[in-house]
Amino acid sequence: MNTLLKVLKYQSKDAVRSRWLLAYTVFFMLVTEVLLRFSSDPTKVELSLVSVVLFLVPLVSIVFGTVYLYNAREFIELLLAQPVNRRQMYAGLYLGLTLPLVLAFLAGLGAPFLFRGGGASGMGTLAWLLVSGVVLTCVFTAVASLIAIRCEDRLRGLGAAIGVWLLLTVAYDGLVLFILAAFSSYPLEHAALGLMMANPIDIARVSLLLRFDGAAMMGYTGAVFLDFFGRAYGMVLTAAALSLWVLLPFVYGMRAFQRKDF
Amino acid sequence: MSEPLVRFTKLAKAFGALPVLRGVDMAIRSGRVMAIVGPNGAGKTTLIKALLGLTHPDSGEISFAGDAVNGDEAYRARIGYMPQIARYPENLTGAELLAMLKDLRGEGAALDEELIEKLELRPALSKPLRVLSGGTRQKVNAVMAFLFSPELLVLDEPTAGLDPLSSRVLKDKILSATASGRTFIVTSHIMNELEELADDVTFMLEGRALFVGTLDELKRITGQPTLERSVATMMRRDWLTEAA
Repeated sequence: MNTLLKVLKYQSKDAVRSRWLLAYTVFFMLVTEVLLRFSSDPTKVELSLVSVVLFLVPLVSIVFGTVYLYNAREFIELLLAQPVNRRQMYAGLYLGLTLPLVLAFLAGLGAPFLFRGGGASGMGTLAWLLVSGVVLTCVFTAVASLIAIRCEDRLRGLGAAIGVWLLLTVAYDGLVLFILAAFSSYPLEHAALGLMMANPIDIARVSLLLRFDGAAMMGYTGAVFLDFFGRAYGMVLTAAALSLWVLLPFVYGMRAFQRKDF
Repeated sequence: MSEPLVRFTKLAKAFGALPVLRGVDMAIRSGRVMAIVGPNGAGKTTLIKALLGLTHPDSGEISFAGDAVNGDEAYRARIGYMPQIARYPENLTGAELLAMLKDLRGEGAALDEELIEKLELRPALSKPLRVLSGGTRQKVNAVMAFLFSPELLVLDEPTAGLDPLSSRVLKDKILSATASGRTFIVTSHIMNELEELADDVTFMLEGRALFVGTLDELKRITGQPTLERSVATMMRRDWLTEAA
């Protein structure tokens, strides 16, 4: 436990001072601030922010994460030459990467709302948006860590990182749409639900959009989704799917880290 | 002769289909400076990394101070490692890096910070590592290796990038530490430097330790006056296999 906290302490100290992380915070602040200035309705602002968050948080988490860990390679070697346990070291590295990204995201998105005292009406949705961003950060830094440990070549690693992001952000939705269109004469509501649960970005998107009034326009599938997320077991399943998305890459990454030759 | 501090027994390691160590047998005696020499790709770095637990050997054994090295990390508290010029988290300062190591080792043992003064490193320690020159970072590396007064110091190309004065300071430090009973493993491409430091020499070629013995023995066997010429002789023809 000790090693974990110490690695976390110094690594996050380093990451927090990164100019890229600062740019990330400032970007979210600017976007939120501008949106808030142009619209008096916090709900509309949040709706726009959903798209920005779902697009940007996974991309920045996975790319920043992979690049950071590749750059830290020699540092990791130095630390492993000390009397430290590899498992704790990996957990420390993961958290030392994730925590600064989470803080940067929360500060960037939250500050402009906080500054205005927040529209009381939109606070619940804002909280969901922040939670979704945090969870997505955890998922994609876990994937980034796995890639950076498994893939020796940094160029291929970066390619894999961007590939995963493209797959989950763009290609996956295309595939789902194709399936839904191809089998449109069948009742696919539950299949759609299943497909959605396999993609963390989709889980975040659907659970967020259902909180807006627009969800009523989504027809029968929307109704099934609303029903699913409205029930306790739906929420539990969603939480379980997202936890798996953090845990699986994390555990695989840790196992690879334990066996890795530096 | 006393029990060696480190012993490698039939150590083998392949990266994929490429064998890097093909059964290394050798011992490092306590209180001496062991120079590991050999052409690029001979397996010097892999051997060192196996000792530090960075690389897992496929077969064979490593023992440190009589105990087998097998996954437990405690023995590394007795080893100091100076890696080759390395890039570290660029936004940390040298002082923070040293503080981190102190935290990780968590020892009450006396810290040896003599090199910080001798290398005139104090002012540079408060700057972020990214603005330090390669040579200055190499000085930080040297300080880290000596910091905890370890029994064994593993120095990989220690003077690479150092100016003559700093290089002199580091070599004096190594010699005085040996005098007080510490053991060193040093790799370098500068043979004159090793000649000055080394008591023992291991010559590695294609993943094997072809010669392990004292510097004087090596010179006698090859019939050459210096380490550099001896090593060159062994690299030119397969000396020891012929002799054997």
